[in-house]
Amino acid sequence: MSLSIPQLDWGGAAPFLVLTLTALGILLFDLFLSVRHKVWLMHLGLTGVLLTMALLVSGFGDQKRVVGEMLILDDFSRFFHLLFLLIAALTFLVSVKDVEQERIHRGEYYALVLFATLGMMVMASAADLIMLFLGLEALSIPLYILSGFLRGQLTSNESALKYLLLGAFASAFLLYGIAFLYGSAGSTRLDRIAAHLSHGAAWENPLVFFGIGLLLVGLAFKIGAVPFHMWLPDVYEGAPTSVTAFMIAGTKAAAFAALLRVFGTALTPLHAEWVAPLWILALLTMGVGNVAALTQQSIKRMLAYSSIAHAGYLLVAFLAGSSRGFSSILFYLVVYAFMNLGAFAVIIALARQGEERPTLSAYAGLGFRHPVLAFSMAVFMFSLAGLPPTGGFMGKFYIFSAAVEANYVGLVVLAVLCSLISVFFYLRVVVVMYMEEPREGQPNPVFSPAILITLFLATTATLQLGLLPAGMWDLAVRSVRSFLG
Amino acid sequence: MPLLSLITFLPAVGAAGLLVLPRKRQDLIRGAALGVSVLTFLLSLKLFTDFQVGVGQMQFVEEMAWIPSFGIRYKLGIDGISLFLVLLTTFLTAIAIGASTGVVHRIKEYMVAMLLLETGMIGVFVALDLVLFYVFWEATLLPMYFLIGIWGGPRRIYATIKFVLYTMAGSLLMLVAIIAVGLLHAQAGGEITFDLTVLMHAEIPPAIQWWLFLAFALAFAIKVPLFPFHTWLPDAHVEAPTAASVLLAGVLLKMGTYGFLRFALPLFPHATMTFLPWISGLAFVGIVYGAWVAMVQPDLKSLVAYSSVSHLGLVVLGIFALNGEGIAGSVLQMVNHGLSTGALFLMVGMIYERRHTRMIADYGGLFRVIPFFGGTFLLVVLSSIGLPGLNGFVGEFLILLGIFRVHPLYALVAVTGIVWAAWYMLGMVRRVLFGPLTHPENADISDLTWNERIVLVPVLVLIVWIGVYPAPFLRRMEASVERVIVQVKRRQTVQGSEFRDQGRAALSPEFVSMNPEPSTMNREASSMSPEPSTKDGPEREEK
Repeated sequence: MSLSIPQLDWGGAAPFLVLTLTALGILLFDLFLSVRHKVWLMHLGLTGVLLTMALLVSGFGDQKRVVGEMLILDDFSRFFHLLFLLIAALTFLVSVKDVEQERIHRGEYYALVLFATLGMMVMASAADLIMLFLGLEALSIPLYILSGFLRGQLTSNESALKYLLLGAFASAFLLYGIAFLYGSAGSTRLDRIAAHLSHGAAWENPLVFFGIGLLLVGLAFKIGAVPFHMWLPDVYEGAPTSVTAFMIAGTKAAAFAALLRVFGTALTPLHAEWVAPLWILALLTMGVGNVAALTQQSIKRMLAYSSIAHAGYLLVAFLAGSSRGFSSILFYLVVYAFMNLGAFAVIIALARQGEERPTLSAYAGLGFRHPVLAFSMAVFMFSLAGLPPTGGFMGKFYIFSAAVEANYVGLVVLAVLCSLISVFFYLRVVVVMYMEEPREGQPNPVFSPAILITLFLATTATLQLGLLPAGMWDLAVRSVRSFLG
Repeated sequence: MPLLSLITFLPAVGAAGLLVLPRKRQDLIRGAALGVSVLTFLLSLKLFTDFQVGVGQMQFVEEMAWIPSFGIRYKLGIDGISLFLVLLTTFLTAIAIGASTGVVHRIKEYMVAMLLLETGMIGVFVALDLVLFYVFWEATLLPMYFLIGIWGGPRRIYATIKFVLYTMAGSLLMLVAIIAVGLLHAQAGGEITFDLTVLMHAEIPPAIQWWLFLAFALAFAIKVPLFPFHTWLPDAHVEAPTAASVLLAGVLLKMGTYGFLRFALPLFPHATMTFLPWISGLAFVGIVYGAWVAMVQPDLKSLVAYSSVSHLGLVVLGIFALNGEGIAGSVLQMVNHGLSTGALFLMVGMIYERRHTRMIADYGGLFRVIPFFGGTFLLVVLSSIGLPGLNGFVGEFLILLGIFRVHPLYALVAVTGIVWAAWYMLGMVRRVLFGPLTHPENADISDLTWNERIVLVPVLVLIVWIGVYPAPFLRRMEASVERVIVQVKRRQTVQGSEFRDQGRAALSPEFVSMNPEPSTMNREASSMSPEPSTKDGPEREEK
């Protein structure tokens, strides 16, 4: 028996390799640097991220399979890779204060974020269900560690344990689904599954039905779709704030990338029997997320529930399918990343040491004590609520257009009513900031240059995507076209 | 020169400029804000002078691609209807900013909000692309939200959230309808577009038109507000600071009536005819209900707020009379109501600053103490109840004429609404200005200051001018009003015959029974006013 060793296309795999080497380098240098100089580890990480981004941007347009045809590098995956790297870079910037204040070990922290990013990139590029699973694990395991990074805090421990247990469940579901699909198609490669399913008769096989169902459940866990969302509020609330920011923006984007990749290439067109379950899933996710967010006092928990609600809107677009529906998901995820990371940057700037449950009352009167901070927070809240002229509005506009075009008018009307509910709790943050008087003993924000850069980037991007969305939209359309054909 | 863009965005640029001014220099901030708003008003006067009389089409059109892949364009233009609403906006904003002397804290943010609000309001009246219109529509929401929430009365947070939620409940459904209109046009073979002037010629099957019309109508009905969607209005008015009340009553409510006229009617002519009796009915209830509730209000501001419900009911009734007199009267009455109710809120604010109460019972016999205030207040009230020789009369008379030609009985009850208005308004005047001076603390309040007089005089001049010589106003809106009527009626008859059977077949039984005979209504409507002149076909826009 001969072992065939696949040819490695160094050029094609470069983005993955650079990132891996950066992460390993951080772990290595961590051993030699004194505490004072450890900030260089972040600079090293940022350099690696930027280098990878540059490699990706230069490759735009061509399409190839690398690493034994297990990974696809097309514009779709590049779009997501850039998004993940951006999220990682912004996470680095917002975590500076957290890392110092909570005395988190720097080397491991940055390396784990990079490994998780690598996992996301693999998920978006997966040409094979096995790769999808590997990517998901490479994403999840660092996150289990990261969410428990504050060892001294009960909430952080709770968060990590819950995430680990339920994450393991989700992985098991996913793996089970993969096994079923393999049993039916005889391959885990997406193009082979697609070829197998191109005969209508293959769909009759119950294995396919269960396979798709379990795959959906596994990914729905990661997205945080109701009723698979139970872990999410506790995990997001208990984790260190900068990690929450990373998870809220990154995990969702990665799970949607995988969902689109699998359903766009292998399981297309969406079979009629999946419409009703997805319809209900989307509605429940929007409804429960928004209604539960209404009563939250902790701003982190509120944003956690709001992230569930946003997963619901994205599911509406997913259900709409078509190039327009998928493009609107891409566009929305970009906006979503900016507005959430921005909001978390504000939360971090205002957080006090050891306080992992910042309540809304800490924001009273912020509007006139710290106009810049409050203004950007207001922009993020308006964007999350979907008010023009912010990116959140354009994102919703694209999603709803796609869904109306696909004749899901009823669902769109329900989505719109759900987002009306959300206006209430997003605007409550603004009410507290601008319309309530400041109280005694409120924290003074800490403005590090890193936080200011993040805020500036996130605010301008949120507004720009609302006022001049055409460029990003065209990019999203182009990226989706690269794999939908 | 892109005059409309300049007028629309000058206030926003001014707001950005205010941000760099030092916070301590309050007078400088006030002066700069006033300067920007006055400059905007002067620029908008150029629209009035350069406006071509007798042209019904859009003028001053500006066009640019905005989001090409979705066919969304940056397209502005005005006709004889929006012209006056733009002028009303720029005029009232300047007045409101001039009258904001009572605001002392956070003056910079206040002025920024006022100017941003102005940009939003002008944008609503000049936008010719549905998505652009929606963006401006929502953009008015946020500044008003801050104005009420930060500078409002004791229950301001409740009032402002109620205002936002009510408005958004309507407008979000309208957004879905806007998307549907654009996509329907694409599915019918055209390219995807949200250009109003193109979509006006699209033929939407009646069954779909009804739903779309309902979505648009809900948004506008909440804004107007039509009974029973009016409950946000008294709260918002009572809590809002004076200047915000002026703009809320003066301009924001007109966005609803304007929306009916500009979007709901021309886009969905068939549905307009179907729902005409229902909306007229609501308007009708609003006229009577608003008047009755206003009669028993102990608070000056809520009295004026409920009187707005009544007055705007009349405006909506006039629009849905669908004839030249009714619509022209309604457009003029929108301006009139903006002037007189705006002035009423201003003066209530002035007296509130002196006595810190708005209760009617706390006043009485003021005429002798402050004759200037008394005289002006009386004049404004008389304008509001439609005394001949003042502006309110012209508008109300035209509307009643229009309604009478369609439905004499309706006109009769609408007249009683005006009679009630006279009753509660004059009753309020009697209790505030005349009679014995029952409260000694009222004896030494001061009369209008020079600043207040300067703010009020332009409003009074317009009130008298429109009352005595309304021709320059009516002449400019004539052609555009006629065009709206042609648009609704022509397409109604054309489409009705083509689609009627199809539409009725596709409808749920409840709907058919709700509207048993759409065809008779067509005939009625077209026999009521002779087919206006011999215009051949709905001609395409400009150029």
